[in-house]
Amino acid sequence: MAKRIDVKDLDIYYGSFRAVEGVTMSIEPRSITALIGPSGCGKSTFLRSLNRMHEVIPGARVSGSVILDGQDLYGAGVDPVSVRRHVGMVFQRPNPFPTMSIYENVVAGMRLNGRGTRKAAMDEVVEGALQGANLWNEVKDRLDRPGSSLSGGQQQRLCIARAIAVKPDVLLMDEPCSALDPISTLAIEDLMDQLKKDYTIVIVTHNMQQAARVSDRTGFFNIAGTGQPGKLIEMDETSTMFSTPSNQATEDYISGRFG
Amino acid sequence: MTTTTTPTDLTAAEASLSQGRLPRWSTPATVAAVVVLGALAILVLDAPVPLVVGLGVLALLVALPALAWVVEGRRRANDRMWTVLVTIAFALALLPLLSLMITVTQNGLARFDWEFLTTDMRGVLGEGGGALHAIVGTLIITGLATVISVPVGIMTAVYLVEYGRGRLARAITLLVDVMTGIPSIVAGLFAFALFSIFFGPSVRFGIGGAVALSVLMIPVVVRSVEEMLKLVPNELREASYALGVSQWRTIVRVVLPTAAAGIATGVTLAIARVIGETAPLLIITGSTNILNTDPVDGRMSSLPIFTYYSYTIPGVPPEFGVERAWAAALTLFLIVMLLNLVARVLSRIFGSPTSR
Repeated sequence: MAKRIDVKDLDIYYGSFRAVEGVTMSIEPRSITALIGPSGCGKSTFLRSLNRMHEVIPGARVSGSVILDGQDLYGAGVDPVSVRRHVGMVFQRPNPFPTMSIYENVVAGMRLNGRGTRKAAMDEVVEGALQGANLWNEVKDRLDRPGSSLSGGQQQRLCIARAIAVKPDVLLMDEPCSALDPISTLAIEDLMDQLKKDYTIVIVTHNMQQAARVSDRTGFFNIAGTGQPGKLIEMDETSTMFSTPSNQATEDYISGRFG
Repeated sequence: MTTTTTPTDLTAAEASLSQGRLPRWSTPATVAAVVVLGALAILVLDAPVPLVVGLGVLALLVALPALAWVVEGRRRANDRMWTVLVTIAFALALLPLLSLMITVTQNGLARFDWEFLTTDMRGVLGEGGGALHAIVGTLIITGLATVISVPVGIMTAVYLVEYGRGRLARAITLLVDVMTGIPSIVAGLFAFALFSIFFGPSVRFGIGGAVALSVLMIPVVVRSVEEMLKLVPNELREASYALGVSQWRTIVRVVLPTAAAGIATGVTLAIARVIGETAPLLIITGSTNILNTDPVDGRMSSLPIFTYYSYTIPGVPPEFGVERAWAAALTLFLIVMLLNLVARVLSRIFGSPTSR
């Protein structure tokens, strides 16, 4: 399932404003890639460009290419809707569908796409996804309760279950733990470690300890000043990035001298 | 940290965190005192009632804040004053409604009986008769207007909130605003003019009334649905897109269900708004004394028009017609009340499962 992503010379624009400039990176399958950097440096924008979610904002466009196992996501005739079926996403704030139960939330990806199947098959998917998200034991007796009845950390794991229920190749996570307490954060981090066996995971985080704990590779984004585009400054093995970064700005950021 | 410093420009009262508090019974007691004084003035001094009521309100407006000022300080006095003002405004707004309810019920109950609800006015000259034809007409015309307006209104709102950008969306918003301000008689004239083109002059039928009412109803539906759709958090749309769900399916399966409670309430209130329209129906549906259930053929009565004619042309002797007019008004009133209750229930049912 897990696929490799190669980004080449990616510029991202909102209207005439260039938000991200010249990003080239490869994201390895079955690994966790962390993106760090100060606020407004374009790392979330970059993450969202990996499944064309940034296009939800009117006027957003890109130049350059994002290759998912040989297919350019921005190639002619590529439908963003089918891109998102292959590249799933988990957001900063847990956002289960309020009108749906826990069960319905997990199968939302299929049901909403009109691909609802037999009950037995659905049950299997629900159990598999919830177990994959480490939530099954906590909710198996109350699958018909609303998703919003869960705690914040459980809701976020429900969102992860919802994302992996459609069997994507890549899982993007946009600060998935920033609205959670340390215990729930730990649960999600453990989960990411398990998920990387099957998925390519890209995570944006403000928490450098988190990046150091969970990721295999780390990319550092920075911005020269307000109104300037964000750039990928440096990308390397996480251990290298946090011990001997080659760029001064990276070292300053990681050691807490700014940002 | 054992010494506390008090800046010299603060009085002892200001420095202290606690102030005097009026006892809980002080407000009711003041109101009671004013009411008793007012009653005495009317009974003993034979003072005119409006003057006493006005003075009493003024007295409350002064007495409650003054009392609070002396005991509790300025902020609380301010609070009291605004509380009194808001309460008076509330009473002013409520008085006409209460008066209307009481008058309509009192006058309407006389003829609000089974016969009234189950017979029409065929061959009735004096006593007896009923408003069945008007009730059925109102339900058919309003029902058809709803069938026309709700899909158009919801789809317009969906376009404006989910798709519309730039000039077209702005133009539609402007047109909806203009439509909101159309006088209802003009809506009637529009429907009349429209159907006259096809069916010749002096056309009268129920569906025309439904079209006229739709012109009035659509902007109300668009506006309320628009507000409800805007309340749906963007995060839910994004969550759905991120699952590879198309925008259209996201709107139908996520956005609309999330906003369903508000949409149901908005639609019901829009119905309640047009069900009592008289002027447009006067022109395009006309009036009749017999039951007509076919909206595409012939004149159709409705409750507002039945009320109007029963009151203005009550017949001889007049009291029976007037009684029927009040009973019809009461019927319409009850239907609107029922609709509001339905709106409440719907918003409960459609509400998110958390609220259940």
